[in-house]
Amino acid sequence: MALRLPRSGVPQVLAFLAILAVNWMVSAQFFDIRFQDGRLFGSLIDVFNRGAPVALLAIGMVLVIATRGIDLSVGAVMAICGAIAATLADTQPLPVVIAAALGAGLLCGLWNGLLVAVLGIQPIIATLILMVAGRGIAQLITEGRIVTFTSPDLAWFGGGSVLGVPAPVAITFTVLVLTILLVRRTALGLMIEATGGNARASALAGVGTRVMTMAVYVWCGFCSALAGIVAAADILGADANNSGLWLELDAILAVVIGGTSLFGGRFSVVLAVLGALIIQAMNTGILLSGYPPEFNLVVKAVVVLVVLLMQSPRFSGLAILLSGARK
Amino acid sequence: MKFKALLAATVVSTLASTLGAQAADLTIGFSQIGSESGWRAAETSVSKAEAKKRDITFKIADAQQKQENQIKAIRSFIAQGVDAIFLAPVVATGWDQVLKEAKESKIPVVLLDRDIDASGKDLYLTAVTSDSVHEGAVAGEWLAKTVGDKPCAVVELQGTVGASVATNRKKGFDTAIASHSNIKLVRSQTGDFTRAKGKEVMESFIKAEGGGKNICAVYAHNDDMMVGAIQAMKEAGLKPGTDVLTVSIDAVPDIFKAIAAGEANATVELTPNMAGPAFDAVVAYKDKGTVPPKWIQTESKLYTSADDPQKIYESKKGLGY
Amino acid sequence: MSEGVSSNTPLLEVRGLTKSFAGIRALDGVDLTLRAGEIHALLGENGAGKSTLIKTITGVLRRDAGTVSLDGSPIAPHSAEEAATAGIATVYQEVSLLPNLSVAQNLFLGRQPTRFGFVREGETRRRARLLLRDFGLDIDVTAPLDSYSVAVRHLTAIARAVDMSARVLILDEPTASLDANEVEILFTVMRKLAARGIGIVFVTHFLDQVYAVTDRITVLRNGRLVDERLTAELPRMDLVRMMLGRELVEATATHREAVSPTAMSEPYAVFENFGKSGYVAPFDLTVRGGEVVGLAGLLGSGRTETTRLVFGVEKADQGTVTIAGKPASISSPSEAVGHGLGYCPEERKTEGIVADLTVRENIVLALQARRGVMRPLSRREQDEIANKFIRLLDIRPPDPERPIGLLSGGNQQKALLARWLATEPRLLILDEPTRGIDVGAHAEIIRLIRQLCADGMALLVVSSELEEIVAYADRVIVLRDRAHVACLEGDAVNEPTILAAIAADTPQAA
Repeated sequence: MALRLPRSGVPQVLAFLAILAVNWMVSAQFFDIRFQDGRLFGSLIDVFNRGAPVALLAIGMVLVIATRGIDLSVGAVMAICGAIAATLADTQPLPVVIAAALGAGLLCGLWNGLLVAVLGIQPIIATLILMVAGRGIAQLITEGRIVTFTSPDLAWFGGGSVLGVPAPVAITFTVLVLTILLVRRTALGLMIEATGGNARASALAGVGTRVMTMAVYVWCGFCSALAGIVAAADILGADANNSGLWLELDAILAVVIGGTSLFGGRFSVVLAVLGALIIQAMNTGILLSGYPPEFNLVVKAVVVLVVLLMQSPRFSGLAILLSGARK
Repeated sequence: MKFKALLAATVVSTLASTLGAQAADLTIGFSQIGSESGWRAAETSVSKAEAKKRDITFKIADAQQKQENQIKAIRSFIAQGVDAIFLAPVVATGWDQVLKEAKESKIPVVLLDRDIDASGKDLYLTAVTSDSVHEGAVAGEWLAKTVGDKPCAVVELQGTVGASVATNRKKGFDTAIASHSNIKLVRSQTGDFTRAKGKEVMESFIKAEGGGKNICAVYAHNDDMMVGAIQAMKEAGLKPGTDVLTVSIDAVPDIFKAIAAGEANATVELTPNMAGPAFDAVVAYKDKGTVPPKWIQTESKLYTSADDPQKIYESKKGLGY
Repeated sequence: MSEGVSSNTPLLEVRGLTKSFAGIRALDGVDLTLRAGEIHALLGENGAGKSTLIKTITGVLRRDAGTVSLDGSPIAPHSAEEAATAGIATVYQEVSLLPNLSVAQNLFLGRQPTRFGFVREGETRRRARLLLRDFGLDIDVTAPLDSYSVAVRHLTAIARAVDMSARVLILDEPTASLDANEVEILFTVMRKLAARGIGIVFVTHFLDQVYAVTDRITVLRNGRLVDERLTAELPRMDLVRMMLGRELVEATATHREAVSPTAMSEPYAVFENFGKSGYVAPFDLTVRGGEVVGLAGLLGSGRTETTRLVFGVEKADQGTVTIAGKPASISSPSEAVGHGLGYCPEERKTEGIVADLTVRENIVLALQARRGVMRPLSRREQDEIANKFIRLLDIRPPDPERPIGLLSGGNQQKALLARWLATEPRLLILDEPTRGIDVGAHAEIIRLIRQLCADGMALLVVSSELEEIVAYADRVIVLRDRAHVACLEGDAVNEPTILAAIAADTPQAA
């Protein structure tokens, strides 16, 4: 029965709502939302706003994982692209800044894609190279400092808003919709799932599995670049040492919480984003709770474990059995 | 990575060593940890400037955060017969053997910025470090003095959980405000010493404390987190520096910019000039045989808007922070 | 046939075994009686419940009801390991040993002879050699298992099981990927083991083998026991009727009407001096629309390799291709698909199906790949295509949204055929299209092959079953040692001639 699909998103939605409810219990103002300088403001908004970078990473990551790959370099690519954007922000017009940063992201993705699809290096090793080297590259760009900028154009990507919605949220939503259109309104989704499910069989059916693999890494690089721009715009500076640090793990976790198997095949972009929001809702809840920070990681681990258990077919079987026994 | 600075350092040191022969002055080797932060880069450049001021031939070895590289560098300094060795130890243990070698060669070793385990106490001449408990206390005392008798709810942005600097800066601050019952620490969370986390944590503090109206002051274990927190307060419609008092530690250039703009109130300096006092101690030891105390504590100077922050910003900007 | 049938005490006695999956009865009160020294065929079409029965007996699956007794005492193993300890060993079609370890290590894995806690490699090798010699195998036991043929791997697995004092040996389709010689070796071993008093349950699709080696037959259908008979007393037609529950048209017996080459259409694909060094020697091959070209030869003779070159899975390093009169290049499967070729590989699981995806998605995959990413088939079109072929090929269950991995082998094969038929190929390559498929599906696939070529499609078919090739091929290309050695046409397409061509330089041919 291992081949049965997880029931679409029910555990994730339940987990998200449950965490929001807990947040509301620890902080009564959790659902309060008001306008501040023409921008929605409140803890719930924070969940979406702070979750944006990981959600962006997860959008890219879920496609990579669907092809049975993994991209460990997303955090480093964030740092590179953030560094490029911040360095150019005060001297170049915005389109140049954004194009340079996104271009760098695409290039990083292309590099990973080449290593994996053409040279046949295992994804975890191939992307480890850029994970390590990438942060070094970012540090070279910033010369080890936090490069700050004042350009309000670039700052918009972190602090701006669209009809009251914080810019990072709007950007993430746009990329989400774009990605879904891209994979579900074309045959890309099927090709990616086929490639991840059985690359050899797919190649024999005429699927360009190499091109698919390249494409997902390039898209992942693009998403990481956007996340890097958002992160840099958020603090009005590029912190090469810390930007995106360990976020690759959060992105992978978001994808897994979203029910996409690390063995490739079936994927859900929406649920991966929901996974990112679950992680962030948890983080925000911990911050609001006032617990000593020493508890943060433990609480996070327990919640993740519960969400993953909820998805496990064996566990839900057990739950059904138990509830049946009680009746 | 302060790439250019390092490159320059190599050039300067080679240059200096050729000149140093004529000057017949002191030659000192410095095993620097590597480029872990902007402060580290500033320490390197300030050390070089201080050496130049004293006409000392100064050789810097970058260890890239590895102890084995530092041990190698020290052995090579010993082989070169330098007059003294400065060491910024990446870890606290495992130095006994190489420090014994230095001692046998009668080369004094001075620790910069960080201490090593007690077992090695007699193996080095002195340690020049700042006292991070004291730094926290200076911040706390400033706050106590500034608020006077008014009740004040303080939120704290801690450094990385488990880092000794974070623990000490918290301890010093807590002790300083303990005798002032009007000052209460209402929230404390880790911001991992980064701007992004500092901002995120501050955002949640603001929401949890009634939109920030209840917050009287923010204490951050470093300036970077404070810079993030200042942004969070501005975005929430608060006026940092006026509505909410701020005090943080490190004295990096960006906080002076904020102080100059009236958005931050105070910072306690962790001076990048550890080498200056070390040079003085070595010179006195070599010339007059004066044995310095085992610990030279650097000054933890407090800066506020009264100290011409714009000028300090300009002077610090080029140091590599 | 072994002589152990006389023993009347049942070695393994299964009574009323029942197992349901999600409310559907996969096994319904099945009995099985295995006597010591007996070779017992377990037969049934795909989905009859053979695998479930084996897994339930050996504790891989928990049974819902029923008893299993070994030597009269009830047992209830919870895992294959427990069953093996009790004396029931199973060797599956895909051997579950460790391919990168040596033969000797595989034989003694987890029970290697030790001294002072250290593994005695030399002793392991000595014992391994002795053990395998008993099975008529004299091979280098230090070589990794995957350097040997499937047959050797099977014999290794069986030797390991027997050496671990197995008394009941369950062989699940061990002959599916063996050639005739290897099957004979396996049978010799089976007979030898039976003579020692071991009871063997033998699952196979090959009726010839059933009659060649077994003493008794148990037939299952739809999870129920149909009957248990002595092999010698059960006529072939009755057996087939029991398995299918209906009369089977003797579809495969006659050679199809030979079409004279002149009456055929223009050649669709012409391969000249086509080959790859170290893979297949250069060959000429012409395929016309409406024609079935069979590729015959022993396993490893270059049949599969030829199809892989033709489809661009392997790149040819010499020769030319002409498709529909125009020079063409085929250096990748997607290029081949573009030229109207289709390819059903032999390895259905690893190279054919995408197990996680649904039947619908598997069917539309090749067509979609050919149309390109930017011209997606709408969901409605996909449903239409899937449903059309599910109906046409009688794919069961007729649910397009079921993950294909949950279907039986025969139905997976039909879905793969559907995948290619949906692309309306001009030349379809089928590598062992009937391997591992039950009798009913087998006949249907052969009927389908005939119909396709009547519709004008060209077919290139690899098969180890000579009677099958004779039944549908217009021409047969015979391969030996990775080279095309003969091309038989017209009346020459018959079993003795093909056999003679295959065996040309092998003395003592059948």
